[in-house]
Amino acid sequence: MLVTLFGVAVVVFVVIRVAPGDPIAMMLPPGASDADIARLRALYGLDKTLVQQFFIWLAGVLHGDFGTSISLRQDVLGLVFNRLPATLELATVALLMAIAIGVTAAILGARSRGTAVEAGIDIASGATLSIPDFLWGLVLILLFGVLIPVFDISGRVSPQLDLPFVTQFYLVESILRLRFDLIWDLLKHMLMPAVALALPLAAIIAQLLKQSLKEVLDLDYVVLARVKGFSETQVILREALKNAALPTLTLVGVQFTFLIGGTVIVERLFSYEGLGNMAIDAVINRDLPLIQGIVLVFALLFVLVNLAVDMMYALLNPRLRHG
Amino acid sequence: MDEARTSRRGLSPRLWLAGGWLILALAAATFAPLIAPQDPLAQDLMLERLPPFWLDGAESGYWLGTDSLGRDLLSRLIFGGRIAFIVAFAAATSACLIGSALGLIAGYFGGWADRFISRIVDIWMAFPPVLFAILLVAVLGTGLSSVIIAIAVIDWTRFCRVIRAEAMSQARMDYVESARIAGYGRIGIMLREVLPNVLPSVVALLSLEMGIAVIVEAILSFVNLSISTDDPTWGSIIAEGRLSIHQAWWVLVFPLITLILTVLSFSQFGEGLKARFDPVLR
Repeated sequence: MLVTLFGVAVVVFVVIRVAPGDPIAMMLPPGASDADIARLRALYGLDKTLVQQFFIWLAGVLHGDFGTSISLRQDVLGLVFNRLPATLELATVALLMAIAIGVTAAILGARSRGTAVEAGIDIASGATLSIPDFLWGLVLILLFGVLIPVFDISGRVSPQLDLPFVTQFYLVESILRLRFDLIWDLLKHMLMPAVALALPLAAIIAQLLKQSLKEVLDLDYVVLARVKGFSETQVILREALKNAALPTLTLVGVQFTFLIGGTVIVERLFSYEGLGNMAIDAVINRDLPLIQGIVLVFALLFVLVNLAVDMMYALLNPRLRHG
Repeated sequence: MDEARTSRRGLSPRLWLAGGWLILALAAATFAPLIAPQDPLAQDLMLERLPPFWLDGAESGYWLGTDSLGRDLLSRLIFGGRIAFIVAFAAATSACLIGSALGLIAGYFGGWADRFISRIVDIWMAFPPVLFAILLVAVLGTGLSSVIIAIAVIDWTRFCRVIRAEAMSQARMDYVESARIAGYGRIGIMLREVLPNVLPSVVALLSLEMGIAVIVEAILSFVNLSISTDDPTWGSIIAEGRLSIHQAWWVLVFPLITLILTVLSFSQFGEGLKARFDPVLR
């Protein structure tokens, strides 16, 4: 895990240092003196060797100092923490939607296996899966932003609203404060990017969980439950689901990291003020410290998600629990 | 695999549909100068935001309408297909060659080679792919070759992971053991026995990857980081359409439909081919 993070840090560092563009040149007005350029290079540590720069940066990171953004002239960690909650809220809402849609479709499909309903779910999930979040986002913008303009297609919250928030977790805070007007406004902005992110994952969950459910439904203990007089839906909900969920869980973990990665372009598409949107600006402005900080935070998120999945798997799997 | 069953005999409908659209789009892109009704770069502010042909105010010769600079949308889509297919073939093939080779080595030989390659894959998987692509193109400089390199550098892991797993399970099979007893060398077995057996997966992934490459190119041109801004690409048309969405919805709708059909076709074509050529399913 730490090796992975270290590897990511090295790769990003090397990739952006070989970039031909000079960030300092972009900051200064034309006609700046050589002395000014040299002073600024020294200020950002760009006059040292690559290896020196890397270890200075790494030592800083380990002390919680990610450096100073070149384009925004603010502390990178502060900028990242300012934007991260927006991305986390979006990704979490998307994940919950994906699970809700996916599990419902899987149960429906397993319940009516062998019928046209199952075939329909197969076709729908296959097609949904093949279309990436970027295209879903555009489809949603057209459908619900232009054709039937019910949702907002840009931003995180309506700018005219008076925001009482003390943290950046707007949605969590408005739920805690029971401010339903704000919850509604936030969800209106979040719904479409979240659905765009959720659909491909929902399709994967539907396919995989349905398959495992169908396998579990032929096992003796399920047959016994059926003989006892439980209805098919009860059998699935009470007996089959728990055991069928395990293989899906592992995959959902990996796919959730893809979903988090997808926020980058989806946030851009919907002008949602999250980490991904800031990352693209950072790349366009050649803001090296900011790019490094953001990529590392994304990598940390990915690693943490995988860790959480491993732990949940161990917790839920009876063989590992008692072993 | 219900789908495999239906496609065992002859070509399944989805293989026909998917292949048909891809051939149509590829032919249109290849013969773009002959087919395109207008010059895709010609601007004419007298003709700005013309609607598609079935709406009032349409001009003949501009079938799908024009964008905010008066450029013909259909011609831009046809020419944009050239970039899309070049990127699809070049980037996906490169990613496939790198990833399959490393996956085959890791899966078949195991040991330190496997540990080393798997570690790199782990590191690669911890990058958000879109951000990685944007970063690479920003570093390499915009241009067709940068886009192709960026996609290949990022997406080889897709091939590597799948081929590694398949090669691993193949390496444990009896036929590999028999080949070893028959006196074949390790590399000979890998190339002559294991490779043909993982090939159906490679082909399916390759087709899927072509669709992904088309999307990544579109995303890169959407954030204005693909090839030069003059040449039309599907992504740059989409970016233009996103901006003028309330004035001219068709500038977004048509490239979007084109992209969705192409991506769906690539993935369905790959799945269909896999079902058809898989030695076990056949």
